[in-house]
Amino acid sequence: MKDRIVLDVSKLPLHGMGMVSPTWWGTCAFMLIEGTGFALVIAVYFYLMGLAPHWPIDAPPPDLWAGTWLTGILLASVVPNILVSRWAERRQLRRVQIGLVVMTLFGIAPLGFRVFEFPALHINWDDNAYGSIVWTMLGLHTTHILTDVVDTIVLMALMFSRHADNTRRYGDVQDNVLYWNFVVITWLPIYACIYWVPRL
Amino acid sequence: MGEQETYAALDVDLHDVELEAKLDKTWGSRPGFWRAIATVDHKVIARRYIVTAFVFLILGGLLAMAMRLQLSQPEARFIGPDRYNQIFTMHGSNMMFLFAVPVMEAMAVYLVPLMVGTRNIAFPRLNAFSYWTFLFGGLLLWLSFALDTAPDVGWFAYVPLSGPEYGPGKRADLWAQMITFTELAALAVAVEIVVTVFKQRAPGMSLDRIPVLVWAMLVMSFLVIVAMPAIMVASSTLILDRLVGTQFYNPALGGDALLWQHLFWFFGHPEVYIIFLPAVGLVSSILPTFVGRPLFGYLLLVMALIATGVLSFGLWVHHMFVVGLPRVGESFFTASSMAIAVPAGVQIFCWLATLWAGRPVFRTPLLFVLGFIVTFVMGGLTGVMVASVPLDSQVHDTYFVVAHFHYVLVGGAVFPLIGAVYYWFPKMTGRLMSERLGRWAFGLIFAGFHLTFFPMHILGLWGMPRRVYTYQPELPWAGLNLFVSLSSVVLAAGFLVFFIDVLRSWKNGLPAGPNPWKASTLEWATSSPPPAYNFRRIPVVGSRDPLWSDADLPVAAGMRTDRRELLVTSIVEALPQARESSPSDSVWPFWTAIATAIMLIWSIFSPWAVVWGSIPIAVALIGWFWPKGTPEDES
Amino acid sequence: MKAALVIIFIVLLAGCGGNQSALEAHGPSAVALKDLIVLFTLLCFAIWLLVTGFLLWVLARRRAEPRQDQAAEQRMTVAVRASVAATVLVVAGLTVASFHATRSLNSGADDAVLVSVKGQQWWWQFTYKDATQASIFQAANELHIPVGKDVRLELESIDVIHSLWIPSLAGKLDLIPGRKNDLTLRADRPGTYRGQCAEFCGLQHGHMAFLVIAQDEGDYRQWAAAQAAPATEPSDAEAAAGKVVFMSKPCAACHTIRGTPAIGSSGPDLTHVGGRQTIGAGLLETTRGSLAAWIADPQTLKPGNNMPLVPLTSEELRQLSAYMEGLR
Repeated sequence: MKDRIVLDVSKLPLHGMGMVSPTWWGTCAFMLIEGTGFALVIAVYFYLMGLAPHWPIDAPPPDLWAGTWLTGILLASVVPNILVSRWAERRQLRRVQIGLVVMTLFGIAPLGFRVFEFPALHINWDDNAYGSIVWTMLGLHTTHILTDVVDTIVLMALMFSRHADNTRRYGDVQDNVLYWNFVVITWLPIYACIYWVPRL
Repeated sequence: MGEQETYAALDVDLHDVELEAKLDKTWGSRPGFWRAIATVDHKVIARRYIVTAFVFLILGGLLAMAMRLQLSQPEARFIGPDRYNQIFTMHGSNMMFLFAVPVMEAMAVYLVPLMVGTRNIAFPRLNAFSYWTFLFGGLLLWLSFALDTAPDVGWFAYVPLSGPEYGPGKRADLWAQMITFTELAALAVAVEIVVTVFKQRAPGMSLDRIPVLVWAMLVMSFLVIVAMPAIMVASSTLILDRLVGTQFYNPALGGDALLWQHLFWFFGHPEVYIIFLPAVGLVSSILPTFVGRPLFGYLLLVMALIATGVLSFGLWVHHMFVVGLPRVGESFFTASSMAIAVPAGVQIFCWLATLWAGRPVFRTPLLFVLGFIVTFVMGGLTGVMVASVPLDSQVHDTYFVVAHFHYVLVGGAVFPLIGAVYYWFPKMTGRLMSERLGRWAFGLIFAGFHLTFFPMHILGLWGMPRRVYTYQPELPWAGLNLFVSLSSVVLAAGFLVFFIDVLRSWKNGLPAGPNPWKASTLEWATSSPPPAYNFRRIPVVGSRDPLWSDADLPVAAGMRTDRRELLVTSIVEALPQARESSPSDSVWPFWTAIATAIMLIWSIFSPWAVVWGSIPIAVALIGWFWPKGTPEDES
Repeated sequence: MKAALVIIFIVLLAGCGGNQSALEAHGPSAVALKDLIVLFTLLCFAIWLLVTGFLLWVLARRRAEPRQDQAAEQRMTVAVRASVAATVLVVAGLTVASFHATRSLNSGADDAVLVSVKGQQWWWQFTYKDATQASIFQAANELHIPVGKDVRLELESIDVIHSLWIPSLAGKLDLIPGRKNDLTLRADRPGTYRGQCAEFCGLQHGHMAFLVIAQDEGDYRQWAAAQAAPATEPSDAEAAAGKVVFMSKPCAACHTIRGTPAIGSSGPDLTHVGGRQTIGAGLLETTRGSLAAWIADPQTLKPGNNMPLVPLTSEELRQLSAYMEGLR
């Protein structure tokens, strides 16, 4: 067929941020996948709880301190996280660099507490189904923290490289912020399940 | 990069030939082995996907023939119980995970970017990764079959039969890990399709102008996104039970055998619609072309697609009607399972109305669509039968159900798929398939299918259970079984004719030209096969059937030619928002898939694989995403 | 061709298919289910005929030009709406019919005969119980029931999931490890009905059948009394020698013969094995020859089953099968 030019797109920007960016939508889709995964694991938790005569099975409720500290740190990390996003939107390279360093630390710190959360469960993964599901929940969430920490570190390295000052990079930073918020938000119901549901 | 330079690379004021040469240079893949590995062209990847899936179809079909041989007479000894169990497990797993879902997604990967008028799929490197992962998963499964250690626990792998106590060896683990491979691949494609449809539609293709096929693929992708995590959770917990001794499925220690069934069918039922909804899309594309008028009831069809998608998550328990669940729950699931007949009916009625108002031209694709309607309606009606709890208590796990779901899956998805191959083959290869062989293929497949599967309804009512490797001579099933086995040869012959036609036409078919059927959607606006960049200029859409409303193609100009660039538009109105770049070829997705495969296969044997195996994956991912300073990185 | 097949189908529905057929209903549950199957089938067939008939009519008519005018669109809208409404009505009607059928099932009386069923790879253990749940006697792969009386089956599995299905008497119900299911059924007339495992359970899923023998109340009582009694002593020298073989070989470690030192429990109770119609869970008719064949090489007759090959001389094999045959 013969082309008939009816539209000029030459004035459009070469990259869009936020909802204009396909990557943003891709990140959302992946969060939907993983969110469904978390929801299912939580559903399994309640399913097993419904079957058991006592909950937790053959174990006291988990100790609170490690998990609660971790929750506090995760919640606190949201503030610098959102600041990083704002700086990225304004293309303030220096601040973004500092922000990513801070966020790397905020990513590693919870892992320190996570190490103590597993023994605080007072049960092994192979003792019974209760042990299996709480270990799986903690493990699944830990992989999410780990992935995002690695992602943040790589992004930080990138922002100190010659590729840094590029709208595309700032978009990546924003997507990383979005994902970390997701990691924090998904933790809250899991925290409630592991630590507070057995105390009800 | 200065203003002047950027302007120089734009596509304005260029002759078509000149423009095509420049675009070819930017988008085309160079020849060579590693260049072929590195390609991210959605059409090339989709073609590989489709060919691979059809190879798996042939292999799965051969397995079916082997089963029919064994069942052709009572107490036959062609195949022992161990091999037979591997065969029916392989047949089901292969057809669902390595053929049906991948081939439908591959059709989406090929068609959606063309139909929405863009130059490549969103996240094309993820697309390449998806194909390699799928391929490795398939090879893993078939390799295990070749070594006589294939899974033997059914495609549903019910615990405790598949658990650590009753499923020794690595067979069930191989099954579970094959699932992980294929789900990973499927999820990746689903994300690509969603984003392509949301953000890369041609300017003017507002939500109410999206072709029904694209809607179908979009809904299918959402089903994949929400359903597949369930099977991921299921297969991962199964592996954990088997490898590190978790107790999810051990009733003695607080676990539960039915938990598996809930997780499996929460995925497994939507799975049926993951396969069927794309077929609805295929039919809705083929039908208007061969009746010469637009589809009747566009809005109704789209709503029916969405309704089916939503309802499909409320039906999973109808696979568990005989496990002894509380009656209230069963009643709910009976009602919801019956209710899904309504959107299915809407689809059928819209197609019948379109046929009524149109002037049918009996070419092969339409024949398959008509065969689909006749067959699928029957499968849908037996579906209403099994949706009834009491009725299901007689037919569940019998050959009646085998008949039912083959009517739905073969009649409902494979018939439209073969019709679709006849329909889009000219677009994909530039050559037409043979109309004469097409009619033979249709006749043999249609007759062979009904002769093979219809008697199975009766066998089921006569009490023949599924998944038995043989039956005793005193049962009255031998005659019908022999009849079924003989009929399956007719069906196989039909497929043979089809494959011969494909191979012959690929080399010697008549040249097709851009739009051999005078169809209305955008994929027919470009040459056959389409160039690497799909469209010389991005089309601008003003109606639902763009090629039927204008003599020439309204397009947008002002795109760069020196980098891979496509147009990002808004979700609802499809208003242009940005000229986004599209990633260049890369070998990294291939290496990432290799690293992933090593990790997944290793993890069958040791949990530490997850730790150490992640490192090469991380390295490959960094290689994948690290900017290379190409024009595609500019913003 | 299809229509012809469907007509054959309807004819077949009228009743056929042997003693393991949902269409040969001999109990109230099975009859209610068969009625439901017939209702659904007829209605679905009618709908299929309507759709296919309409399709053929449309194709045969061959319009000269496709219609896209306002009047045509309007007619289609009305027709599609009416069809959707009809679909809703049919589906709702069938749902109600389905609920109604469910209500008529599972009406267990209090004085029902109580049998505990344990499914295992790949045979059925039936333990008859009295009203206080105390065990009276055990049998395998053959369920005797009194005609006209409710029989309550308590379904459990000791290994993987199985499903108990006697199509002529009732719908199927699964046996799930860690769970208990109850199935109540009744036979309306004396007869032998066949049942089979309906949930895939491993290598010999295909050979996990059993017989249900419905007898008049008197015959049933007589049978039950005989079953409760310990095994009869061998009547001749050959069988007596067979008993010695049984007790000295590994047989006794897995099987029970009440009234003898054999108290193994991983295999079927053999106290009255000679009186059962089949051996090997419905595999072979019980004869001296089939008993010998089974004992000599169980792995060829039913590959993968849990009975090992016990090496015996041909003399011992003859004696043992004579003993088994005599256990009536």
